[in-house]
Amino acid sequence: MLAYLVKRLFQAIAVMLVISLVGFAIQDNLGDPLRELVGQSVSEDVRQQLRDELGLNDSFVTQYIRFLGNALQGDLGTSYFFKEPALDVILKKLPATLELVLGATIIIVGLSVPLGVYTAIKPNTILSKVIMGISIVGISIPVFLTAILMIFVFSVELGWLPSYGRGDVVHVFGYWDTNLASWDGWTHILLPSLALASIMLPLFIRLIRSEMMEVLQSEYVKYARAKGIKPRRIYFLHALKNTLLPVITVGGVQIGTMVAYTILTETVFQWPGMGFMFLEAVNRVDTPLIVAYLIVVGFIFVVTNTIVDLIYGLVNPTVNLARMGA
Amino acid sequence: MSSITTNQDPSRWEKIWQSNMAYSFRRNPVAMVSFAIFAIIVLAAVFAPVFAPFDPYDPNQIDIMNSEYPPVWVEGSDPQFMFGTDDQGRDLWSTILYGTRLSLLIGLCAVALQAFLGITIGLTAGYVGGRVDNLLMRMADIQLSFSTLMVAIIFLAITQAMFGSQTFNRFAIYFLIAVIGIAEWPQYARTVRATVLAEKKKEYVDSARVLGFGPLRIMFRHILPNSLSPIFVISTVQVANAIISEASLSFLGLGMPPSQPSLGSLISSGFDYIFSGSWWITVIPGVILVVLVLVINLLGDWMRDVLNPKLYKG
Repeated sequence: MLAYLVKRLFQAIAVMLVISLVGFAIQDNLGDPLRELVGQSVSEDVRQQLRDELGLNDSFVTQYIRFLGNALQGDLGTSYFFKEPALDVILKKLPATLELVLGATIIIVGLSVPLGVYTAIKPNTILSKVIMGISIVGISIPVFLTAILMIFVFSVELGWLPSYGRGDVVHVFGYWDTNLASWDGWTHILLPSLALASIMLPLFIRLIRSEMMEVLQSEYVKYARAKGIKPRRIYFLHALKNTLLPVITVGGVQIGTMVAYTILTETVFQWPGMGFMFLEAVNRVDTPLIVAYLIVVGFIFVVTNTIVDLIYGLVNPTVNLARMGA
Repeated sequence: MSSITTNQDPSRWEKIWQSNMAYSFRRNPVAMVSFAIFAIIVLAAVFAPVFAPFDPYDPNQIDIMNSEYPPVWVEGSDPQFMFGTDDQGRDLWSTILYGTRLSLLIGLCAVALQAFLGITIGLTAGYVGGRVDNLLMRMADIQLSFSTLMVAIIFLAITQAMFGSQTFNRFAIYFLIAVIGIAEWPQYARTVRATVLAEKKKEYVDSARVLGFGPLRIMFRHILPNSLSPIFVISTVQVANAIISEASLSFLGLGMPPSQPSLGSLISSGFDYIFSGSWWITVIPGVILVVLVLVINLLGDWMRDVLNPKLYKG
């Protein structure tokens, strides 16, 4: 286990290094920091001098090592637009995105398990067929379109729910303002969370259903049945437990996808989170902010993937860790 | 062999008609309807210039005064525009036809690129094995752990910032194909590798090797044809996903420009007008996009059930 852990950790660090290299290459090629600093009105001599002082004439490797050192100390440069440390800008936006992801996760977990189990136990009822039918339609609707249609129906036509922004937020501590403490906040987060959940939900229903159906065919479930254990106990205790293994793996991969979908959801709902900020940064060619976003998101990816792999190794004793580490 | 069976050799068409797949196709109404709709959409897209009453790329045929006419069944419409017009005064029906063409083209080309990369890498990894296999599959793992959409968004955003939107818009279609094509190769590589590992042990591969065929010939002429059915199955899902990805990227403004819109960019430009009541610019292309992706997914489901009974899960 320890060897596996160390190996996995090394892999994570290697991937982070590659991401930082990509980030630095972007920083190096995109935009001119000097122009952002002093504008057009400075003579060429002064420019050269400034370039020397800022270390912009050093070799690529020297600059990269400096960039890496700064990054490790939490300094990812200063945003051109906000005139603030890029990392701070992102951390301020992070809670909004996390709450959105949390809302979507609650919806996904809360609905996919009962629906998936139900459709697996009773595959031939009309309700199951309806659920499966809706789920394949759900997979076919891009997340931004779901979001737009929901705005059209619930905000424009019916006027029940607000269509953009976070509404009244309650300050908790630090950079964290929460949506979950006021009625207005709840109405604002409902549609974006539903939209974000809409693409993953069918996927998980189908996954849980197919895994569950496979498990229900297995010997130990038949044995449990023969022993006279109540069906409810078999389904939810014996079968579901073994269904969740692949769900964890897929779930881990989907966390990354979810981050990408937050960009789409946040754009449609003008949700002031990281994704929305990233697209604005792209439009403003705010290089340090783009690079900082890349590194923060890469970090989230790598950490979640590593944790999911470790959890998988822990909950599934049959996984051959030595081979996985090879 | 062939001389014995030549009497009443069924024609190619008959062979297809009597195959397993065609049989199950005739028995499955969902598959037939899906295929019919898919065929109609593809034909309409391919022959867009024939069906479209206007050319949405021709500035002479666009009049800004015509903008935001509703579809004909809504009051205040203009009968020459069946589905109304968009914000620039283009006929929506023509624009949708041309847009579907772009969406399909990008989706298919991107998947072709994925398949080419993935099959080559998967075959090599599975057939050669050892270190090469290890390295390639580890690369696939890492690539897969980053979601395609994320990679595509970041890549396109940076390309756009680097080249400026003018140049970017001109080459957007190539960037889209390249990024969707490259980001998804591990899907193919993993599937192909798994099949190759199973096929490699079979006797026909041994006999081919004994006959002195080189590894390249064995890989592409012997193993590949026997690994085709899982490739078909994932291809349908991949095309559906590629079309969704393209639409999402275009919606974010990182894909096809409004002057040459795909379905995604058309939806995006309509979104600005949805609050003022011009729902059709968004909703009609949206419906076409969903129907297109849905029928491909349904065909994919059907194909998986037919070609891969082992994977059949109800």
